[in-house]
Formats: sequence, structure tokens, C-alpha cells
Amino acid sequence: MIELQQLGVTYPDAAAPTLADVDLYVPEGELCLVVGRTGSGKSTLLRSVNGLVPHFTGGTLSGRVLVAGRDTATHPPRELADVVGVVGQDPTSGFVTDVVEEELAYGMESLGLPGDVMRRRVEETLDLLGLADLRDRALSTLSGGQRQRVALGSVLTAHPSVLVLDEPTSALDPPAAEEVLAALQRLVHDLGITVLLAEHRLERVVQYADRLVHIPGGAAPLEVGDPARLLATTPVAPPVVELGRLIGWDPLPLTVRDARRHATDLRARLSAAGRPQPPATNGAPYAGTSGAPAPGDQVAVTCELTVRYGPIIALRDVDLELREGEVLALMGRNGSGKTTLLRALTGVVRPTSGAARVGGAAPASLRPKELIRKVGLVPQEPADLLYAETVDAECHAADRDADVAAGSCRVLLDRLVPGLDPTAHPRDLSEGQRLGLVLAIVLTSAPPVILLDEPTRGLDYAAKARLIGILRELATDGHAIVLATHDVELAAAAATRTVVLADGEVVVDGPTDEVVVGSPAFAPQVAKVLAPLPWLTVEQVARSLEVAP
Amino acid sequence: MPTLRTDRIIPRGLHPGAWWVWAIGLATVASRTRNPLLLLLVLSVAGYVVSARRSNAPWARAFIVFLKLGLVVIAIRTVAQVLLGTPLPGTVLFSVPEFPLPDWAAGVTVGGEVTAPSVMASATEGLRLATVLACIGAANALANPKRLLKSLPAALYEIGVALVVALSFAPSLVTSVQRIRAARRLRGRPDRGVRGIISVAMPVLEDALDRSLSLAAAMDSRGYGRRADVAAATRRLTALLTLGGVLGVAIGMYGLLDASGPTAMGLPTLVAGLLAAAVGLALAGRRTVRSRYRPDPWRVPEWLTAGTGVLAAAGSIATGIFDPAALNPSLLPLSELPLPALATAGLLLAVLPAWVTPPPPAAVTAPTTSTSRQHAGTSADSAEAARTSPGRDHAGAPDAERPVAGPAPVAATGPRRDEHAGEATP
Repeated sequence: MIELQQLGVTYPDAAAPTLADVDLYVPEGELCLVVGRTGSGKSTLLRSVNGLVPHFTGGTLSGRVLVAGRDTATHPPRELADVVGVVGQDPTSGFVTDVVEEELAYGMESLGLPGDVMRRRVEETLDLLGLADLRDRALSTLSGGQRQRVALGSVLTAHPSVLVLDEPTSALDPPAAEEVLAALQRLVHDLGITVLLAEHRLERVVQYADRLVHIPGGAAPLEVGDPARLLATTPVAPPVVELGRLIGWDPLPLTVRDARRHATDLRARLSAAGRPQPPATNGAPYAGTSGAPAPGDQVAVTCELTVRYGPIIALRDVDLELREGEVLALMGRNGSGKTTLLRALTGVVRPTSGAARVGGAAPASLRPKELIRKVGLVPQEPADLLYAETVDAECHAADRDADVAAGSCRVLLDRLVPGLDPTAHPRDLSEGQRLGLVLAIVLTSAPPVILLDEPTRGLDYAAKARLIGILRELATDGHAIVLATHDVELAAAAATRTVVLADGEVVVDGPTDEVVVGSPAFAPQVAKVLAPLPWLTVEQVARSLEVAP
Repeated sequence: MPTLRTDRIIPRGLHPGAWWVWAIGLATVASRTRNPLLLLLVLSVAGYVVSARRSNAPWARAFIVFLKLGLVVIAIRTVAQVLLGTPLPGTVLFSVPEFPLPDWAAGVTVGGEVTAPSVMASATEGLRLATVLACIGAANALANPKRLLKSLPAALYEIGVALVVALSFAPSLVTSVQRIRAARRLRGRPDRGVRGIISVAMPVLEDALDRSLSLAAAMDSRGYGRRADVAAATRRLTALLTLGGVLGVAIGMYGLLDASGPTAMGLPTLVAGLLAAAVGLALAGRRTVRSRYRPDPWRVPEWLTAGTGVLAAAGSIATGIFDPAALNPSLLPLSELPLPALATAGLLLAVLPAWVTPPPPAAVTAPTTSTSRQHAGTSADSAEAARTSPGRDHAGAPDAERPVAGPAPVAATGPRRDEHAGEATP
């Protein structure tokens, strides 16, 4: 169905080709998962399938790309619209109309299908994706999962034989992601659509894949094969696979269910070992396990904090206290008030009633200069904080803004992301590097409270592991950290305490291991495999096994 | 085909074209007169029909927005006249201290005496503009501008999409300005004042550019701009006809709207222009392969609505021929303002759509639509709020009243508060 022959892509002004000598054949009806580090060329590979590369992006393409017998060299994306459907990470950016039903019909209108066919297909697609109740809703009122399903539906109505999905669940909370993946699986099983899928959060999708394509990056050849076999060696792997590798299970389990069946022995060994050990890198408070040392002084507090936007109550009577050395994970579905809480703590929104205090002052009344000494925020789009032309200029600006000795920011940066090219443009950095740069800038003024909004969006496993290490170090240094995140694996590995928000209210507040174990939505994979034991990460398991072999 | 009696009972959206013809008819009346009585009558007609036939959709608030804009126009026009204009002779209301201006600014006066006729004249001038604006607002409130697109000739469709997409970027620009300004504050930079705004401009533009690029890519991948093969000669003829037609329409409209120009010049040029444009567009339509999903029907209510708009315009044009003084009367004393019969009758006919059109469908009037738009627009709670389903977002919101037709999906049907805030997907 999809055939890439000796595919090579070089973007203009790029020193090296992004893809070189790629040969890949995807037969009809297969779900093929593309994995690789950030910047390895996953998106380029996907976008070359419907001709967006090079027709839309520019650059030079060598070799051939054949989809359903059509060569993308002679067929621009619009001429492939009837055979390839493309869904990206942010569905909102691709919506053309503003009502669900019209959005579903848009692609068919472009193809010039007759009215009765369009009517029939819209109804079928509404049913297939469970959207029938939403048909008249404005797209702006839908939740993340619903939007992503509408985006899927809007390409499906054209009856494509190939579906290309670039990180379809990265921006979604775990239940919404499951919503989308369930719909996807039904398409593959019932309609026999060929799917090419890229996703950073492998733990969500790997069990659905028939075949895995690993792009090692650089000039190394593609690795293609059975997921279980290939994952034994790839540098990117979901926690359940890491656990399998650690214990040496064969065949490697890809799902929690498979792993649980392997894990009877492991559970027995671990319960004999008692409780998980605190991480060795960290002498100071790591309360991921109960009985950890109490954190230090209170640095931020909210008191019956209520925030209202017009008729909508975003936060209601939130009482929280944050202490030095604590890493707090703030979880909850999209729109539950996580971002609003961070905004209240940085004074971007004023409380409607109640109070938020950071370092003893109400953040909304602080001048920017004073504010950054008390609290730092890494926003969802780290690039929002960047505006200089080079990394170096950015660091100098940070030193000036914080009134600290020149070079302070660079020292921090070298600790977080060693060896970053000082002349690089911040936009050209990888997601992980950019996050590190922004974190360094925020840390320059040494605020006792650091807030991070969805820090792992777009990070691969390696970058995520680095981030977790950094967060632990910062906590050891006495910073209080708040992570607003959907990423249960991040919360499990880094957070000492977890707060779950729902509809603007605190639903649960407690040590991470107690909160996430047994929760169907917020448990990390390792906890699901080992439940009811309180081990949350592969790292904890490894340490326990070293101590009690 | 349903009779008018049944057709005006069963709720459906009226063809947007009908509303636009009607509104343009009213706007024609407003732009041709300086008689405050007629202008106020136009306003009341538009206001009444809007309140009777608008839906609860987000765009339905356009009328109020345009009315407010109109008030601003009147205020600016009047104040400018008081401060800068040369006063018309008449009763002096009060005087403003006069500023002496240097010689090179001769002819411009700042301050001085303020007379009743000049205030009245400028207020009426402002009212006329405000009324035209209100007519456009009425059309926006009654018909979703995006739906109007669906009725455009195939050849114009792509230009229309480009326009609408460009317009819909305005709200998202506001959101990114707010997001980035908030972020700037977090770098210890001033978030207000000129410097604050300038430092925000660059990333906001980058943001908008990124977004339009990804939209363009998505549209391209979904078949936007597919073309059928057409001979080169036909293409050239098409371009010629379309361009000439548009020119004709522009000149004709100018002649028609400007009551001081010869009406005889306006109408024939307009008709000829329309014909040429129509042929050109029909030819151009051959190149596009688009089809339309559920096109809006054009039935008796549409004919009536568009007809009353045309009649209102005709009434005013006729008055202009037979009784031009009534359209531009002397404004004082107010008690002697004339109310020309033909124009008035035409305007009164234009209220009819409030009864002869079907009520707007209830489905789009779900209260969630408006509240959530407001949320995303006013608070701009970054991407998170905009992505929010109102059902998930707030307990006891109007959403709870929305009837739910089926079991799926649970996530959208109302607030759930179990311990871990997990959600079951059916």
C-alpha cells in the first residue's frame, strides 16, 4: 500500500539529509508504528507519504514514494486526498469549518462527491466514532479527545486506504487518549485501513502495532520488524518493556496484561523486599515512598482559592500548601483547572475569592522583577519565554533581568543541557534542549518555587529521563516544584506528592504512590503490573532487586 | 415543496443569502438618507427581526457588537464636529475655548462656538453610519458568515475560504497575545506599556504564522484546491469577464448608494456588471470539482425575505426620485421632519421576515455553545480552557440541561466526580 524506495529528504539550508536511503513497504491493512528520538525524521517520513514533503515544506526528495500506486512526485497532497488521510498532533490547527458535521463533510466536498454519498458517509462516520451526539456542536466547545476523534472522522469520510497519524494522543489526558486509540483500533479491525502512526508515548500505542519501524537517526538504516523483537534493543521503549528487559522476560511483554502474567514471581520477590527504596541520587526528601523525611518550610500556599471566568468556575475553594523540597504533581483531565492554578500562583489571574501567596506575598500584586525572585514558570509552550536571536543572548538577557552576575544563566544551562551551541537560534533547538534553556532562564533568579506546565509534551524517553534527574536535583537543592501534567510516568518517577483536580476542586491530595496505585487512569504501567505493591517505576524495581536479590 | 404555512413553522436556518439581500436592502435605505426618522425606523426594523429570528450561536451576538460600534461612531463624529468643524449658522448652544492655530493651518479651527444645527448635522451623519453598521451586524447575527460561503459560486469559494480563515485568526491572535504577555511577565519584563507590546509582537506573529502554515498543510492534504482541466482560452475569457463584471458592479453600486449621483447611471452599469460576472463565474466554476454538503434550500420564506429587502431599497429609491427633499430634510426644528410615505412603507414591509421565516433550529441554540465561546474568548485560559468540553469543565453549568440523546460518550454528558477523576469510555 505504501512503498518507499531509496527515499532521501534534504531540507533547504540543512547540512545533512534528514532521511537517507529509506526502504519501507507497508502492506494493506497493517498498523505500522514509527518510533525514534526527537528529530530523527519521524515527521518527515510521515509527511512524505502524502506528498507534503516536499510539495509543501520544500527541500529535495530523492528516491520514490508510491501510495496506492501513485507517485508523490507527480501527485501533490491534494491529488492524494482520496487515498491518504493525515491527522496531526493538534487537531484544532487543521479545522476549516466550525461545526462537527460540516467538518466531516469538508474533505468530501473538496473531492466533489455527490450529495447523497456525502450524507451517507457523514452518518456512518458519526456512528463509527461515537460522534452522533456532537454533530451540531461547535468545534470550539469539544474536549481534546472529542476533537481528535472529529479530526479522524474528517479524513475518514473521504474513505482513504491509508491513514497517517503524527502523535495523535500526545496532547491528550490518558482517558481521552484511550478514546482516540479505541476508535483507531476499530478502524483497523473493521475497515482494514492501513495505518502509519508515530507516537512518543509508546506505552499508549505499542500494543496495537503489527510492526515497528525504528528510525535511529543520522545515516543509520531503518530497523523494521516485530514490536516485541525490536523493542528488546531500541533506545526508546515504554516502561513495561523496560521492566521486561530488566527481568529478562522472553518473549518481551508489550501490554500490562502480558506483563502481569509474567510477573507473579517478581511480585513475590518484591513483597519479600519490603518497600521500594528512595532513589540513591537523592539524599533529601523523596516522599515517593511513605515515611520519607518531612519537607522543609512552607513556600507557597493557597487558601480557599476560587477563580471564575465569567460563568465558569475554574477553581473552587482550593487549599494547598507547598513546602521546600517537595515535587508536587498536579493531575486531572483537560480543563480541570491545572493551568488556572499555576496562573493564580504566578499572578496572571487574580483570585475571585480566597488568596494565593507565594513567599508570603500575593503574586498578582508583585512587580515582574519581584515576582521572578519568588516563583518561576515554564509554560506549556516554552518558546513563549524566548525572544532573543541566540542562546547566548538569551542567557545574557536572563542575567540582566534577574540582576545577577553575568554568566550565571550559562552555568545553570551547562548543568542542565551540557554543550549547547551558544550561537544557535532558540527555535532551532530540540524540544528537550529548549525546555532546558527555559528552565535555566527561570532558575537564574533562583526562585524557591518552580512551576512546570506539561513539561514532557514532545519529549522522548531519554529527554524525559534527563528532566526527571534535573527535577530531583532541584528538589534536593530545596526548590519546591509543581508539575501540571497528564504524563503518569513522569508523575510516578519525579513527584513526591500528587494532587488530582476535577472541576476545579481538589479530589485527592497525598503521597504519589498512595494516590496512583490502583487508579485506572493515573497509575503508571509498572504500578499496574505490580499492583497492589507500591512500586511505580522500573528504577525503583531495579534498586529493590539489587538490595534484595 | 412545502407550503409557506408549514415551511415557516418547522425550524430550520434560513438561507444566509436571503438574510444578506434583506440586510443590504436596509443598508441601501440607510445610506441614501439623512432623515433621522427613517434611520431610526431602519434600526428598529433590523433590531426587531434580529431579536425574533437569531439563534443562540456565538455569531448571533454580532448585532449588539455592531450597535456598540455604531454608538462609538456617533460619539466620535459629534465630538469631532464640535471641536474641529466650522459651525453652521444657528442657535449657539455653548462655546469651547478657541485655540489659535498657526497660519499654515488656516481653514481649520479648534474650538469656538457650537451651534445646534452643526451638532444635529454631525449626529445624524454619525447615525447614518451607525445604521449601516447595524444592518451588517444584523446580517452577521442572523446568518453564520461561514454558511454564506457554501452558497458562493464555486469559482469564488476558495477566495471566500481564505477570507473566512483570515477572519477567524483574529480571536486566536488575541489568545496568543494574552498567553505570551503572561509569559513575558514571568521573565521579569514589564508586561504593560509600549515596550511590553513590542516585545510581544514578534512571538505572536511567529505563532500566527505557524498556525496558518499547519492549517494550509491540513487543507492541502484534504483536497483543497483540486482542479479540473480547462482550455487556456476559456481561462482567459473567464478572467476577462469576471474582472469586467466586478468593475461594473463596483461602479453600479456606487451610483446606486450615492443618492446625489444619477440613478440612471447606477442601475444599468450594475446589471451589466452582474451579468458579466455571472457568466465569468459560471465558466470559472468548471475548473473546480467541489460539491456541496446539504446545501441550504431556497424556498418561499427566502424569496419573501430577500423580496422585502429589495422593496425597502426600492421604496427609498422611488422617494429619491419623487420627493428628494424628504430624504435630506432640514434637520431643525425636529417637529417638522418629514416621513416620506413610500420609503416608510418599504421599511415596514421589511419587518415581515420576523413572521414569515422559520424559527432558527433549536440544536445550535445549545447554551453550551455561547458560554464556552465566551470562556475561550474572554479568559483565554491558554490552550487548556479552549480545549475544554463544558460538560467536563464545570458542575451545574447550563450544560446539564442539554438533552443527551444517546449513551455515548460519557465524557460529554456531565460532570463526574469519582475519586481519581477517571472516565469510562463506553
